[in-house]
Parts: sequence; C-alpha cells; structure tokens
Amino acid sequence: MAAHLSSGRVNLTLLREAGRRELREFLDKCAGSKAIVWDEYLTGPFGLIAQYSLLKEHEVEKMFTLKPGRLPQADVKNVIFFVRPKLELMDIITDNVLREDRGRSPQRDFHILFVPRRSLLCEQWLKEQGVLGSFIHREQYSLDLIPFDGDLLSMESESAFKECYLESDQTSLYHAAKGLMTLQALYGTIPQIFGKGECARHVANMMIRMKREFPGSQNSIFPVFDTLLLLDRNIDMLTPLATQLTYEGLIDEIYGIQNTYVKLPPEKFAPKKQGEGGKDLPTEPKKLQLNSAEELYAEIRDKNFNAVGSVLSKKAKIISAAFEERHHAKTVGEIKQFVSQLPHMQAARSSLANHTSIAELIKDITTSEDFFDNLTVEQEFMSGIDTDKVNNYIEDCIAQKHPLIKILRLVCLQSVCNSGLKQKVLDHYKREILQTYGYEHILTLNNLEKAGLLKPQTSGRNNYPTIRKTLRLWMDDVNEQNPNDISYVYSGYAPLSVRLAQLLARPGWRSIEEVLKMLPGPHFEERQQLPTGLQKKRQHGENRVTLVFFLGGVTYAEIAALRFLSQMEDGGTEYVIATTKLINGTSWIKSLMEKLEPAPF
Amino acid sequence: MSRARADEEEYWHSSKFRAFTFDDEDDELSQLKESKRAVNSLRDIVDDDDDDLERVSWSGEPVGSISWSIKETSSSSNSSLEGRDSSLQKGSSSYAAFPKQVSSYSLSSLFKGALCLSLSALSDTGVKNYAPELRRPKAEYKDYSSDWSPKDTVRRMQRGKVCSLERFRSLQDKLVLLDEAVAGNDGNVITAVLIFLKRTLRREILFRELEVRQVALCHLIHFLKESGEQKLLLDLLRFLDRTEEVALSQYREHLNIQDVEKRREFLKGCIGLPFSAEDTSHIQDHYTLLERQIIIEANDRRLEAAGQSEIFQKYPRKASILNMPLVTTLFYSCFYHYTEAEGTFSSPTNLKKTFKIPDKQYVLTALAARAKLRAWDDVDALFTTKNWLGYTKKKAPIGFHRVVEILQRNSAPVQVLQEYVRLVEDVETRLNLATKYKCHDVVIETYRDLKDRIQLTAYKCKVERGSADEEKINSILNNMVRNAY
Repeated sequence: MAAHLSSGRVNLTLLREAGRRELREFLDKCAGSKAIVWDEYLTGPFGLIAQYSLLKEHEVEKMFTLKPGRLPQADVKNVIFFVRPKLELMDIITDNVLREDRGRSPQRDFHILFVPRRSLLCEQWLKEQGVLGSFIHREQYSLDLIPFDGDLLSMESESAFKECYLESDQTSLYHAAKGLMTLQALYGTIPQIFGKGECARHVANMMIRMKREFPGSQNSIFPVFDTLLLLDRNIDMLTPLATQLTYEGLIDEIYGIQNTYVKLPPEKFAPKKQGEGGKDLPTEPKKLQLNSAEELYAEIRDKNFNAVGSVLSKKAKIISAAFEERHHAKTVGEIKQFVSQLPHMQAARSSLANHTSIAELIKDITTSEDFFDNLTVEQEFMSGIDTDKVNNYIEDCIAQKHPLIKILRLVCLQSVCNSGLKQKVLDHYKREILQTYGYEHILTLNNLEKAGLLKPQTSGRNNYPTIRKTLRLWMDDVNEQNPNDISYVYSGYAPLSVRLAQLLARPGWRSIEEVLKMLPGPHFEERQQLPTGLQKKRQHGENRVTLVFFLGGVTYAEIAALRFLSQMEDGGTEYVIATTKLINGTSWIKSLMEKLEPAPF
Repeated sequence: MSRARADEEEYWHSSKFRAFTFDDEDDELSQLKESKRAVNSLRDIVDDDDDDLERVSWSGEPVGSISWSIKETSSSSNSSLEGRDSSLQKGSSSYAAFPKQVSSYSLSSLFKGALCLSLSALSDTGVKNYAPELRRPKAEYKDYSSDWSPKDTVRRMQRGKVCSLERFRSLQDKLVLLDEAVAGNDGNVITAVLIFLKRTLRREILFRELEVRQVALCHLIHFLKESGEQKLLLDLLRFLDRTEEVALSQYREHLNIQDVEKRREFLKGCIGLPFSAEDTSHIQDHYTLLERQIIIEANDRRLEAAGQSEIFQKYPRKASILNMPLVTTLFYSCFYHYTEAEGTFSSPTNLKKTFKIPDKQYVLTALAARAKLRAWDDVDALFTTKNWLGYTKKKAPIGFHRVVEILQRNSAPVQVLQEYVRLVEDVETRLNLATKYKCHDVVIETYRDLKDRIQLTAYKCKVERGSADEEKINSILNNMVRNAY
C-alpha cells in the first residue's frame, strides 16, 4: 500500500508509521465500539495515512460525514468527531450533540479529535454553546506533514498562505516548525538551515528555540538530511500564476488533484467490451490515484506535456510486443512463464489505457485557441514584454466574461512581472472587473493587493528584468523532449524558487546577493550542532540530501523541476519537498478570494 | 483584440516565443491514437477484470479507503448483529474500567467565571509517542499547580495542560503573560491569552497595549473576524486609525443582508465611509446600481405578469436582475428596454451615462443583446455614424473582427456576417474570417483586389459547382487575363 513512500532517498514510510501508531493509540483510548464523524476535508489526508481496515481493527464500526441535524442511529459506545479546528464546524458539532436523544440507552459517549491541533478558541466556543462538557476526550492529532510520495510531504493546510500574508497569523508556521521537529526526531538533526523570506526566518527561529527547550533529549539518530532550505511563497509569486506545462501540472490545472486523487470526465474511460456498446455509460466521474506507485505515471508525470505522447506510444508498442510473445510460447514451460507475467502486463496495459485517455483529454484543451492565446500572454509577461500597459487579451476575456479567477491570475501575473502596475492601468483593470463581475469583488481585489499580488508600482522602478536576467528565468532555447534546464516545466520560464535552490547548491547564494536583496525578506544561514559521533563522513560520489520547504504552497511544476535537478547526473544533490499545501494558480487565488456567500450555518 | 490575428501569427513565428503545441501536430496526435488503438486491441486478448485486479470501485475509490468506507458503512447501517454484540460486550467491559469521573473535573467547573484552559483531564493523554525527541520529560507529569511563572504557563498550555490564568491579576502580569505567549509562537495559545485579556481588561487599555504588540494584535483581529464580533472589531480598527479597513469590513457586512431593500439602505450608509477615493466611487456605483435594479425589477415583474408585453412573452425572464453585475444589467436593459428614451431608468443609454460605461463596453454588450434577438437593423445602426454632410460611415470601437465573432456566435446568417467581414481592415484577417465563415463574395473580391490569380483559382474548389460564386470567379479570372494583355 505504501511501498512508493520508501522508494526515495529518505524512507517516508517511517513517518507514515508514526502517524498510524498515534491514531491507533487514540482509538484505543475510547474503549468499545465506535462511530467516526468526519469533517469531509480530512478524509483525503487521512486516507494517505490509514485505510478503513486499520480503523476497523480498533472497533470503528460506522463512519459518517459531518453535517447538521441529528446524528444517524448507530449502536456504538463512542461517537468521535474528527475535525479541523474551525468555528463553523464547531457549530455543526453543537447541533449534533444537542439533538442527541438523551433518553436512549445505552448512551453514547462523545469525543473530539482535532486535526492537526487542538484549539482553545474552538473549545471556548463549544463551552459558550453549553456542550463542551459532553465530550470525554478532546485531543489533537498532529497530522502536520503527510507523506504524499517518496519525496513529497504536505501539511494540506489550505489557508496557510492567506493566514501568513494577509492576516499575519503565524499559527501555520508554528505547525510547520512542529512538523520539522518531528522529521528531525525521526531522521536526525538537520545540520544546515538556509532560508529566504520573513516566514522562513520565523520558522528557523522557532525550530532553534524548540530544540533548546527540549534539552536532555539528545537525538542520536544519524542525520539523513544534509540541508534544509526554507522558502517563502511570497519571494516568488510569479511561478504559481503561470500555467504549469508538465503532465502532472496540467492534470492539476485542468482537473485539480486532491490528496493524490483526480476525478476525470468518465466518457473516455467507458469500458469497450463487445456487445455492451452504448449502454450503461458511466455518469460518475472516474477517480484515479496518481503517485509513483504506478510505474508509468512515475515516468511521465514530470515531463513536459509535449514529450508525453511519444513515451505513451513507445510503451504501447512494447506492451503489444509482449502480448505477441504468447504465439511463440510453445513448451509448457514457456506458456507457464508467459502466464506468470500476465498480471504485471495487465496492470501495465490498464495504466497505459488510463494515461492515454488522460493525455487525450488534456490535448483537447492544450490545442484549443484560448489555451494558446492565454499562454501567449503569460509568456509575453514572463519574458518582460508589454507588462506596463493594459493588455488586449485580458480586456477581451473580461468582455467575454471568462471565469474571474482566470482574469485575476493574468492580471496578477502582469503585476508581478512589472513590480506592480502603473496606477492608471491598475485602476482600469479594477473598474472593468467590478463592472463585469460585481462590485462586491472589491473585497477580493483588496486582499490581492494586501498580499502583494496586485499592486500599484510604488518605487517607480521595475526590478523584474534584473531578476529575470540574473537568475536566467527566461530561456529561449528550451528543449521539451530532452530537457537540459528546469525551464522546460513552463516551456521557457524557469521557476524562480527552484532556481534559488539550484544556485544555493552550486555555486552558493553569495553569487546572487544583489538579486536576493530585491526579493522580500531576509536570507540567512544557520547551523545546528551535531554530536561528534553523528557527523557525516560522505562517501565519494554520494549525493547530498536537501529538504526544500515551501511556506505558503508549491506547484507540481516546481516539484517536477526539483526532481529534474535530483536526477541530473552531476547534480550532486537530491531533493525532498515539503510544503504547507500543494497549490496551483487557481486554488491559490481562490484561497485569497473573499467568500461571497454567507456560510450556510 | 487589437493585434489582428494575422499579425499575431506573424509575430509569433518571427519572435522567440514558443507556442505550446505539439511539434509535429499530426504525428503526435497519431501517436496518441496509435497507443489508444494498441491498448484497446489488447482488451481482446486479456479479459479485463480490472476490478478484481485493482480493487477499485468504478468511481476510483480504492476499496477499503476511508472515503469509500464512509459510504459503505453508513449505508448498511444494520450491519452484522453478531459483530456488534461482541464489540459491545468488549466495549462495556473496558468501559467500566474507564475513569470517567476524572473528566468531570475538566470543564464546566473550571470554566465557570474563570477562563481556565482545561485540557484533557486524563493528564497524559496529550503525550505523543510520535517522536522520541518530542516526548515530555517525566518531570512534567506533575499535577496542577497554581504558581507557574508566565513562561511555564505558556509552555504548559502549548502542551495542552490545564492552566488557570486567573491568578494573573495585575496589568503587568497579564502583559508578561501575553509577551510570553507571543514569544512561544503558538497561535492557539496566543489567542487563548487574548480571550482572557479581552475579558478582564478595559477596552482602551487592551487596545493601547496591543497597538505596540503587532503580532498579538493581528491574532486578535483574525479572531474577531472569525468569531463575528464585528462591533469590537470595528472599534479596534477605528482606534488604530485603520480607516480603510474599517470601511471595507463594514461594507463586507452587506453580503449577509438578504432583503434587497435593507441591503440598499445599508449600502447607502456605506457611501460615506472612509474608502480610498477610487473605491468610494465604486461603492457609490454599487448603491446606485442596486437602487436601479429594484425599480427595474418591480416594473418588469409587473409587466411580465400582466402578459401584455410582447418581449416578455416571447422571451420570459430567466432570473431576477437584482444583485447582478453592472454589465449583466446593461445586457438585460439592451435586451428588454432597448428603444426606451434616455429619461427612463431602464434605458441602456441612461445606464451608460449614469455609470460612465466606456463606448467599447457598451457596444460589445448592446451588440451581444441585439444579435441574440436577431435584430440585425439594430446591429447595423450601432455601427453607423453620420458626418455633418449627411454621409454615413461604418465605425466600430471594438474592431470589426470582434463584431464578426460575436455575430457568428449568435448564428447570424451569411448575408449579415459578410457585411461586417468586408469591413475588417486588415486584409489577412479579413481573408481568414471570410474563409472560415464561407463568405465567398468577400474572399473573391479580396483576391480580386489583390490581383492574386493563383489563390483565386485555388479558391474555385471551395465554392459550389455551377454557382454564381463560381461564375464570378471565372469572369474575374477572364478579365484579369484580358487586362494583362
């Protein structure tokens, strides 16, 4: 089930095991049969830690989704709420508890498990509703860093960026630091910490402080990570706004990957068995899990989409040939061998069928005129063309009432690529947006301005060209098929964040001091002392392992770029990636938009 | 679109930009098709019982995953009685041993009056065996004590232990406690301390002290927003002189008002708020727009119900116009009230004037509305201007290629389309559009003007055999030949 987690340089199964152990311990604390009431958002992340079977072994008999009203009838001893510490969820729980039939016998016991942290605020809230006393156990499950893949960890905290940069609430950074402490407990103290940005500085400070406050618990684990690199999302707000052009990135842009699952339109996946044609076309979306456990997906996920077609067709030929082998199998032994390979071949065939269908779906979109026009404008902005005037394509999109998020992505991209827009240009966009989409969006525009994504050019100076040139963010001769630079992930644009990681490894940040100063927040280096016995003696040719932590979110294209660097022959560094949330431009902007519908509860 | 498509294409090829298309379009596509074919053909060989193989339900939910089981276990709500009984037994036996009384020690008693942060009474439930390094030293298992220092109190709270904050009585003590909480970085604890301070300090003092403690201040503002304590939030923002935030925060409230009349009243009250100059005009417009919409809605609902207005009978309204954006309202007004005099609130020209809608925006919207009604004369009039000598001239602030696109989307007949294709200035774009939408006349005339025999000859295969178009091409070709001599 989790074999793919141990395939990388760092065995992340350990982390998953720790999470499972903690879950079991909690469940055993509530003795007797149980029903779990789930905050729906959590089922995805929990699914990466445990299956139903684990819960069942610990007497979980029923599971429900959290919703207002009466709790379903279920004869269990315990009802446990698995929830995020959010006030609106507390209201639902209150409703559930108040409607519980007090006369029923035997009575059910209530418990709350807060994920990832208990909240005194929520408990206060429950108390004010008069239900706090109904809960016997109120605990927290520190699901800080969830292993997504062999080299990928995420906290799946969707509001982290908003909280850090809009509300100056650094709670999610505290959780990030906690998560890093857990990692260090499992994988050894990380001797070197680098960082860039205010939040990065803050997290490093907290780690150092936490370390100091746990004296006497000297870690005796040999360090797996050599370096930790902490990066603020707001030092590179450009990258998530651009359309990702890797296979995985495009799947995410178009269909949205949630906790490694994607839901796809079912038409292309209809089973084509003879005699069944036409009827029973599935209407439910097809749900697929995407991770490196699938051999083919691991091979193509990080490629530029333009390079995916040829791989798929090559694979098709290989598989066809393999199946042809059966004609050559003459002896019983040969037949036996063929049959023994069948399951593997079947799996490969079904995997290939799925990805061929997905590639077709994506291709329908990438070959559309609008996708092309949109990308043209993005690439113009990123290479520094016409960023200081009102863009015709954006105006056209507004006139045709394209989705607001698309408009905001483009306008923000233009703003970021111009170190802010001229006041006149900004006012023009704002006016058009408000008139077309509704005046209430003034609140969203304000949020974007506060986060620095959309702003007037204040200094009168545009730093972006200097940054672009120094960091070689725009590459003219990109090779999408056999890339030699990370810029292939955006067909020309090299993600700034990953370029910083690359330059840190070689030749070091000293070479780019000037540019670092142009990006917001401090850059720094810290060292954590290791006991002499644990200092690493590197074998010749052994790669260093760097953990890159993106505070505020990371895109699949950036992950692909880091994996590309890991695989470079003379790279010398392998990367493990951690983040507060896996994002793309759309989900990111969405998290900053004002909720315009009043909450249903 | 200002840069004509042809220009754009040329620009594209000549510039360093890469279009995101497959290098070799056909080849790539055929590759995909090929793999699809191969894959499909294999189905005949292998009987595909994937379901068994992958253990995935159709929706893709792996059998046994949590979200799958929620559906599963909640649907079959009367599962095996046997299993339940046995677990119940097991449950009740261990239940007897469960020290429930301890938990009563927790909340209500401690919360009474005093904000005591009582965490799980089973004191060591918070201990995580998660990671060896994070395990608490034995010494900390000590019981509740009342004389923890501010620092220890914060540390204990971070670990989820019971702590009474009530003994921090003096302002000095409370502030030290707050500073410790801030230094600990745990937002949860900071908020808890803030709730305590909020309850025990006078407002002015709380505000004054927070003003010099930015981190704590941000947490309080966030907390007040979350918990909907709007009044205190506004007081605080006013105290801090963050006037624009006050204005926005107050304006946000209108979203919670469902009744339109009340909403309008509320927006009226927002106009005077200290927004930035630019925003003030938007808020003013928002109010004016809703005011208009209420009048229009009342009027049109009556008209529609009376059943005497032809337009409403022919095209019944799909939704109310209330709370729609300005451009949508303009479209609505161009659709139902196009010919009204400027004096009425519902007339398009009145909306245009009141909200200073730019020409471009207005023409686009009017065009879309009239084209939808197939009112081609109105469309024509939209682009016709007369100069002082009385000559008429066609002009479009949005460029005629856009006009063509919009008309085409509303399935205008070729005769109408052709007229506007002809007006597209850029030759390349004109040819493209004309070819795309089969406006043969325009194509033929354009090639004629370009004196392009080759293209014209080639185009002959695109028109119907023996049609007037073919004849026209032939005659032009003949003329060209004659003229050449």
